[in-house]
Amino acid sequence: MVTTTEAPIRVLIAKPGLDGHDRGAKVVARALRDAGMEVIYTGIRQTPQMIAEAALQEDVQVVGLSILSGAHLELFPRVVEELKSRGIDDVLLFAGGIIPNDDIPAINAIGFKGVFGPGTDTNDIIEFVRGNAPART
Amino acid sequence: MTPSSFVGADSLVEGILQGNRRALSRGISHVEADTPTGRELLAQLYPRTGHAQVVGITGSAGAGKSTLVGAIAREQRKRGRTVGIVAVDPSSPFSHGAILGDRIRMQDLTADGGVFLRSMASRGNLGGLSESATGVADLLDAAGFDVVLIETVGAGQDEVEVANAAGTTVLVANPGGGDDVQSMKAGLMEVAQIMVVNKADLAGADTAVTQLRGLLAIADLGAWKPPILKAVARTAEGVPELIDAIDKHQAFIKSSEYAEEERRHHAERQLVAIARAILHREALSAARQSGALADLVSVVADRSRDPRSAAEELLAAVRREWAGR
Repeated sequence: MVTTTEAPIRVLIAKPGLDGHDRGAKVVARALRDAGMEVIYTGIRQTPQMIAEAALQEDVQVVGLSILSGAHLELFPRVVEELKSRGIDDVLLFAGGIIPNDDIPAINAIGFKGVFGPGTDTNDIIEFVRGNAPART
Repeated sequence: MTPSSFVGADSLVEGILQGNRRALSRGISHVEADTPTGRELLAQLYPRTGHAQVVGITGSAGAGKSTLVGAIAREQRKRGRTVGIVAVDPSSPFSHGAILGDRIRMQDLTADGGVFLRSMASRGNLGGLSESATGVADLLDAAGFDVVLIETVGAGQDEVEVANAAGTTVLVANPGGGDDVQSMKAGLMEVAQIMVVNKADLAGADTAVTQLRGLLAIADLGAWKPPILKAVARTAEGVPELIDAIDKHQAFIKSSEYAEEERRHHAERQLVAIARAILHREALSAARQSGALADLVSVVADRSRDPRSAAEELLAAVRREWAGR
């Protein structure tokens, strides 16, 4: 049988919470698309339940959250909880937006492997995703 | 429950038939990537399909397909039906990546346990879109969804084939889309059983209806006469009527004198489309392996050889490659 080419990495990019500015999320989505990944973009104002449910239905390997409102310490743990309640414990999590350095350890501790602030080179995000996305059968 | 509990076709089949959404989602990935597990899933689950009303929604980019699909799903939920959605967007021909944005128009549906939405990139280069999209629709059917909606951009052969795989195909047009309507003559008209002029609150909606009616008047139609409806997907205006029309067509294809013949036609189209996709992929792979593809590309590129005879030689090389294995 012919070997099919490897399936692209699937990434969910979501914006939890109430801030409505999604340029950063779109720049990242585009960069990952241009790096050959399939990026599902959900739009703004997503609840943790909606993000986890979208991750489930889309069977993504990677979830990236963009947040500017300052509610990351409230919302990120709830996203992780919602993912776990759906049996999803093998996705790569990363975050972007306005996240103070002091908060990064807490976010790392709940499973976010990467936190990318303003001014990040998108190539660094691409490399991070390629290097850390869990393999799929 | 851990993901590892859904490794292998048998546990996936069991999970899908029990309505486990994670099993369904993982199974879809296998079908989409055409893995051995994915093929096994389809083999086991196909006999469990046939319950769902499978509807293709197609039309040009920007016609409002995603918004309409969302509106249809909401109305179907009001009628007590569960809805599975496959939303296909094109992959970039350059990077092979894709941005899949259909969820943006259907955010509210994500929280509804009676809806399952899966975005798919066309992964276009090997002609297997209809194979994988209809396979995904089959999984949703087997999982027990009452309605399965397949949304594609109506822009090429692959998309027309996807539309062909659906029991009922809805063509979405717009007011002022005269040129669109012209291009639709080329093939989409023939596969659509229902036409909708979406964004019908804009000027020119009646003109678009008249144009479509004119095209249908000269088309060679069978016993089913495609209705031409108006809708405003954003406000769900006209959507109940659209669903009534879909139900009517579904009843028609199940009606006695039509059913047997159409079921055979439908099965033939599907079988041929999938066989063509596999043939295409395997032939191309054999052509690459034999080295003939690269050689012939060079001679056609420098114009020392015409593409028609080069293609014949390429196929001869493919046959030799197949005979030798």
